[in-house]
Amino acid sequence: MSELAVKFQGVGKDYKHFHLRDIDFELEEGRIMGFVGPNGAGKSTTIRILLGLIHQDRGNVSVLGHAMPCDQVQAKWDIGFVSEDMRLYPQATLAWHMKLMTSIYPKWDEDYAARLVKRFELRPQQILKRFSHGERTKAVLLMALARRPRLLVLDEPTTGLDPVARRDVLHEFMDVVTDERRSILFSSHNTLDVEQISDQITFIDKGRIIRSQDKETFLEQWRRVRFAATGGFSAEGLPGIVETVRSGHLGAVITDVYSEEVVERVKQAGADITAVERMTLEEIFVANVIRSRNEVRP
Amino acid sequence: MHTVYTQYTYMHSELVISQTDGRPMYQQVMEQIRQKIAVGDWPPGHELPSIRALAASVKVSVITVKRAYMELEREGLIVTQQGRGSFVADDVSIGPKLQREELQHHLEEAVKRARLLGMDLSELLDMVRRIRAEMLKDGK
Repeated sequence: MSELAVKFQGVGKDYKHFHLRDIDFELEEGRIMGFVGPNGAGKSTTIRILLGLIHQDRGNVSVLGHAMPCDQVQAKWDIGFVSEDMRLYPQATLAWHMKLMTSIYPKWDEDYAARLVKRFELRPQQILKRFSHGERTKAVLLMALARRPRLLVLDEPTTGLDPVARRDVLHEFMDVVTDERRSILFSSHNTLDVEQISDQITFIDKGRIIRSQDKETFLEQWRRVRFAATGGFSAEGLPGIVETVRSGHLGAVITDVYSEEVVERVKQAGADITAVERMTLEEIFVANVIRSRNEVRP
Repeated sequence: MHTVYTQYTYMHSELVISQTDGRPMYQQVMEQIRQKIAVGDWPPGHELPSIRALAASVKVSVITVKRAYMELEREGLIVTQQGRGSFVADDVSIGPKLQREELQHHLEEAVKRARLLGMDLSELLDMVRRIRAEMLKDGK
């Protein structure tokens, strides 16, 4: 039923000191994907391959049914891209920029742009040089949103925004996907934003996808199980345990395949369970990265 | 145009999601819908907002609202008609029934926790009695 807005299949890219390997993920139409990874993980490289700005060495990329990078010219009309390092003309006003967009993009929605100016509390007659960092970010977002692209690709869109501005921006993202043919892929360090509005989550670290899954399933599978145990207990070798910490009699295990059976196994291994806790996306992210680094290490 | 937009923005903002609440977001959405139905703000036959509209107004993901609706449907509290939308179930007796079910959920959770802690049934019941006595003392 649902079509794919983005599909990556075995995508790779080699640089001298960095390799992007086996990138596989899919974004359904009408959904929001949060793309999460530490600095230098390969988020921006992946995004630039998606946009056709960088050409992959291996694998297939399809965006809104267009094969990338060969069909990038057609695809570009339907993709809105925003990144931190986007250049605007510092001496020109926001109104001038908006007028320029009208002349380039036939689908530019003037009413929507005007509403966004109000909502983001921007001053159209001011030159961009006088804008604060947050205002500039909002201006760039406005220009991408009002084009009404079918796919919005946002590289760290909420970085540097104050809490009120972030709330406004997240609101606009949710408003985009009230149209089920429009999709968003955004990268972020802010796991709270990702946890709140994403339908799908993709974790990337050291050029590899660690996990790409729907958010509800994802959060459902991780738990921290706290226990008390005397000397003989060891969680080592127990299936489904990602991480164990222990100090004296008390400790905790983290599992990514939570079920009562896992808890039962920990009990059978000789521990008394004191609590079973859900984890935030941030905690899950950190545990994931640590595990994948331990596995990769020779 | 702007007025329409404003109305839309605040249409369902009575649902408020907490990021420090330990429960998952879909359960928070479920509970608040249950409350709306229980107090009669959303009477039987009332049409629920579409999944995407509610997601947009609460600012949570579409998949979270979808999950909440699915679970509420399983509980029999709402019915979804393909292509028409979701509605509060017609059965008027469902309110108290649901509250009993909700209590049962909480009790199941309590029994599960007690088992994890190695408590037997009489210990758990003692604890319930003690809590009740303390609450009565505090005038709750």
